[in-house]
Amino acid sequence: MATETAYKPASRTGSAHGRPKRKRGDQMGAFGALSHLALLVWSILVIGPILWTFLGSFKTNTEIFGDPITLPSTYNWDAWGRAIDKAHVGQYMLNTVFVVACSTALTMLLGSMAAYVLSRYTFPGNRAIYFLFVSGMTFPVFLALVPLFFVVRNLGLIDTHFGVILVYTAYSLPFTVFFLSAFFKTLPTSVGEAAMMDGCSHTRTFFQIMVPMAKPGLISITIFNILGQWNQYLLPIVLLSGNVEDKWLITQGIANISTNAGYEADWPGLFAALSMAIIPVMIIYIIFQRQIQSGLTSGAVK
Amino acid sequence: MRHGRYRFIVGFLAAPVILYVVFVISPYLQAFQISLTNWKGISANPQFIGLENYSRLLDDEVFWAAVRHHGVLLLVMPLVTIVIALFFSFLLNLSGGQRGGQMTGIWGSKVYRVIFFLPQVLAVAIVGVLFQAIYRPDESGVINGLLGLVGIKPVGWLIDPNLALWSIIGVMVWQAVGFYVVLFSAGMSSIPKDVFEAAALDGAGRYTLFFKITLPLLWDTMQVAWVYLGIAAFDAFALVQVLSVDRGGPDNSTTVLPLEIWRTAFNFSKFGYASAMGVVLFFMTITFAALTLRVTRRERIEF
Repeated sequence: MATETAYKPASRTGSAHGRPKRKRGDQMGAFGALSHLALLVWSILVIGPILWTFLGSFKTNTEIFGDPITLPSTYNWDAWGRAIDKAHVGQYMLNTVFVVACSTALTMLLGSMAAYVLSRYTFPGNRAIYFLFVSGMTFPVFLALVPLFFVVRNLGLIDTHFGVILVYTAYSLPFTVFFLSAFFKTLPTSVGEAAMMDGCSHTRTFFQIMVPMAKPGLISITIFNILGQWNQYLLPIVLLSGNVEDKWLITQGIANISTNAGYEADWPGLFAALSMAIIPVMIIYIIFQRQIQSGLTSGAVK
Repeated sequence: MRHGRYRFIVGFLAAPVILYVVFVISPYLQAFQISLTNWKGISANPQFIGLENYSRLLDDEVFWAAVRHHGVLLLVMPLVTIVIALFFSFLLNLSGGQRGGQMTGIWGSKVYRVIFFLPQVLAVAIVGVLFQAIYRPDESGVINGLLGLVGIKPVGWLIDPNLALWSIIGVMVWQAVGFYVVLFSAGMSSIPKDVFEAAALDGAGRYTLFFKITLPLLWDTMQVAWVYLGIAAFDAFALVQVLSVDRGGPDNSTTVLPLEIWRTAFNFSKFGYASAMGVVLFFMTITFAALTLRVTRRERIEF
């Protein structure tokens, strides 16, 4: 990691460098201060809007439409209660947790099975199937939108969570298979072979030997899929477009609250709803930030 | 044994492949076919009409507006994002001065990176709703409220047709920068330290280090960044749909192809026409990616 070097104590501080170093150090002072200023400004630009949303959930409508840069006068959770009950954000949250839990689990099961077979076994058609999966990463989903709607509808799965789960899984497979087959390739073959020699079946070798060994890779891609599916917007508004508000997911629910909100609307409630959508993601991010950063960028670096 | 092996392979591949073919591959293929029909309405009988949808697209003003917006997005958004991200990742990784002949990062670079990356994990739809409040056209919006403090009149960020697209680009950059800071940081850390050491010994200043050494060695990563951002510029659906006035407004000044595809299909039920737009979008995306990779190809620098 790049930053590790930053925290290493100076390994060579030979006196030969002494004089020019100090001179450089003075310049660094001004440059360093400017750098910190630039970095700080961007940090405020990032955190400011999010913090403002949290604070907004404690304000009253009058406070929100007054001076936007004030702190709320009192802190109570009324707006949060209204968002959960009246605006159904609680329902949307539960729906999303259910859908994302199921579809991530299914994605990981099917994705790791496919990736394992494609990376560890040679058979005719192996490469063709691999490229079939990987090619899915490059197509714009909007091309498939109309037919996808009708495929799901013809299967009787439109406006159902089960349909959304299957579609999320299918569209998460390309990257999952791509990432995990690269990961399975890096694992040593000898352990699996030894298990097979001892009479372990292919299936058991996979679930009891290979999956535990692939745990780090599985964790990064699981988090990646949870975030991606939690944040999905297009698929829910297409697949749950009928009169099924009770089945809506969080992103579409909140976007809808905001669309219907006029000046009469409950703005603190909307801000509470936004905060509720942001907080779980932020908690996951803060806990797993290392895996998330490497997981999200690894596709690009490879 | 051999028999069991093939049974295992088929058993493991069957479910993922079937699911993938049914929900991903088959819709993609059907889209090309549907784009050649006049399919309207859920129950109507579609007829084959050849390339008529495509020739109608040529006269469709909204379609051309959307294409123009992709052009603007494609030029501005990646450029601004990459410049900002490069600047910050250079500050974070290499500007801490030399210690023991090594370039080091600035103090606190880890914390900055965690903060910068944060918008990337938020849903675009949620970010859209959030910025609606920030861009509000009267003084209750955050930006206009701040401008009001220094006596500047409120600006109609999203309601002024000349400004709306730029406001949306601003949000896209806001969300994307962190990702590319992390990406470029990974690229910079893979540049061997002795390259910087040698340059510093030869008396290279910070600007030489950045323009003559870091940039050329980071070329591959930047190429990838450009392709990623370009593909994002062909999307922009969730943000425009949620953030803009009247979904793509005011007066179609922010509309993009994905939004038109969605609207044409699910509001107007013109499935054939929407699919034709999808095919155009597909070829635009593929052409862009292929062109970028081809034009920017350079000799790889091995180290």
